[in-house]
Amino acid sequence: MAERLRVNPIACSGHGVCAELLPELVTLDEWGYPIVDPGPVPVALDRDARRAVAACPALALKLTRSEEPARSA
Amino acid sequence: MTTAVNESAPGGAARQAAAGLPRLLPAAPEDLRAHLARYGPAPYRNQPGALIADVEASGLTGRGGAAFPVYRKLAAVARAGVRTGHRQGGRTVVVANGAESEPASRKDELLLQLAPNLVLDGLQLTAEAVGAAEAHLYLHRAPGPQILRALAERNARGLDRLAVTITQAPPRFLAGQETAVVNRLGGGPALPTFQPPRVSERGLGGAPTLVQNVETLAHLALIARYGPRWFRAVGTAAEPGSMLTTIYRPDAKAHVREAAIGAQLSTLLGAEANVQAWLVGGYHGTWLPMPDAAGSTLDNASVRRFGAAVGAGVLAALPSDRCGLAETARVTRYLAAESAGQCGPCLNGLPRIAAGLAELAGRGHRRQTRADLERWAGLVEGRGACHHPDGTVRFVRSALTVFEPEIARHARGHCSATNRAPFLPLPDGLPTSEEDWT
Amino acid sequence: MNTAFWYASRATGIVALLLLTAVLVLGILVNRQGRLPGLPRFAVTDVHRNLSLLSVAFIVVHVLTAVLDTYVHIPLISAVIPFASGYERLWLALGAISLDIMLAMIVTSLLRGRLNRILWRAVHLLAYASWPVAFAHCIGSSKDLQQGWMLGLAVGCAVIVVAAVIWRLAHAARQVPRARRVAAIFSQVTR
Repeated sequence: MAERLRVNPIACSGHGVCAELLPELVTLDEWGYPIVDPGPVPVALDRDARRAVAACPALALKLTRSEEPARSA
Repeated sequence: MTTAVNESAPGGAARQAAAGLPRLLPAAPEDLRAHLARYGPAPYRNQPGALIADVEASGLTGRGGAAFPVYRKLAAVARAGVRTGHRQGGRTVVVANGAESEPASRKDELLLQLAPNLVLDGLQLTAEAVGAAEAHLYLHRAPGPQILRALAERNARGLDRLAVTITQAPPRFLAGQETAVVNRLGGGPALPTFQPPRVSERGLGGAPTLVQNVETLAHLALIARYGPRWFRAVGTAAEPGSMLTTIYRPDAKAHVREAAIGAQLSTLLGAEANVQAWLVGGYHGTWLPMPDAAGSTLDNASVRRFGAAVGAGVLAALPSDRCGLAETARVTRYLAAESAGQCGPCLNGLPRIAAGLAELAGRGHRRQTRADLERWAGLVEGRGACHHPDGTVRFVRSALTVFEPEIARHARGHCSATNRAPFLPLPDGLPTSEEDWT
Repeated sequence: MNTAFWYASRATGIVALLLLTAVLVLGILVNRQGRLPGLPRFAVTDVHRNLSLLSVAFIVVHVLTAVLDTYVHIPLISAVIPFASGYERLWLALGAISLDIMLAMIVTSLLRGRLNRILWRAVHLLAYASWPVAFAHCIGSSKDLQQGWMLGLAVGCAVIVVAAVIWRLAHAARQVPRARRVAAIFSQVTR
């Protein structure tokens, strides 16, 4: 039941709200785009993670359940 | 009318040489009559899913570059079709991907000219296996006369169970990417979309969609006739079968050749001494140092030690008289220009990487540039909606390793190349407006 | 008592207009990745959201007090069904339309995580319709707002909204189209 954070890079426009609300799991690269920790979200950060997902103005941050779906070729 | 004869019984009436090559490419374009005389009609099983077990046993992997096990994709789409059955009548969609967006690849084009009926057989057989109600053929250019004639002849004979819709891909590097294909077929631009959901779950028109390279479909059409053991008669145990390769030897013209997987690369690329590096896997592939890699074979197990994969079979032998840095810089600039520009990291990183490489390929570069390139490569990898940044980074990193001595020479203002003519092929036009993607 | 309801309705109406003006401007600020001085980035989104909920609270009181006031008969349903009121039929209808749009925006925003991103945005863009309609409702249905300092206040709100929208449109016009974004970065990074 581990949840992981994923960012939709097409929707993301680099607002940076996620990095402010969840600095333990999200940092911003030199262009302002989020680098998201790919591991499971620790239970203690679950609430903050949900808050970050809700706060993203572009609806680009998601919490997904189970294994990370791979991108296609 | 299709006869329900199953030609693929083991030891059955194989009308072709049992195990040798070539399997896919006849010497000249074959019309339907010649195709039927050689292979017989496509062996429909009259039972969806029946082909999938044979495909699994054969070990066929995708020939479009990703080398994904074909049976898994078929099974996923068939399953998803059954799952959504009550809503959408269980319809799935199959797409033959002939976009061949890699500029250096010519194999799909040739296959469609010489053996279009094999590809079309594969498309129909796959459609049956996954319960498809819609079939598409996605092509790099306007359909050639052989394809049109093949479709017309098959229609006249009633060989095809599904009508095939032809769509032309725009000449963009990403146009053949799975989600870009579905996007384009759905009336949008040939731009990748974010996954999940995977196209095998929700693709064209919301239906589970199977996108398969045309060469893969051709192999499948043969497996359906001759069985998995026949398919495995060439190749290696882990990577069975044959594949089409597009080869660039120092004479710089493209040769397409079908090879057994596991064949010596030196047989394909030549064993001349005046080669400084081999490119394996095209422009998202990897440079292999020569002569270190001279003993490598055409299979992933062999080239993996150099961080390479055979991909869609584009192979090039870079002559020693060229500049590997200049070639890499040219290709990287092309790859950067072909970014969809949808994802911040790719949009920002690839042009910077290209500019950095151009600097390395020039005379003297700032000390910071190497560190910048490493940093940018790390920043773009895995952070796009598709694998374009990843493939580009792999290509660039291998160049930085293999051409390291040349980088040092350029830093001192020298270049060991005596021939400045470009070696690797690149198309002319670069995208400038939305129309270029439709 | 009636007079109290009537005054309350007018007062909450004016405050709602001010709040909605702030909400719209903040919405544009979020989109433009602007900052409120001294506050973190997430504050812009948070304040925008909180003020939008506060506005609806004021509108609810505004509607209830108007309904409870018996000097004129305004059925409760006319708050969301346009043209259901006999009194000031047109102007109240505009209020209802504006409120309907706001309710759609709020419901879709509460369900944001579950909705298709494009659908959410399409409904949210209706804000640009909701505000002018609300403004027309204010001016048309209240004699107060048609003169004196209240008119000044209302006009001030309109000026602010127009300026913010112009700012937003100017940015949209300057946006590099997707097909040219890579070329734009190339010119930035090539010396």
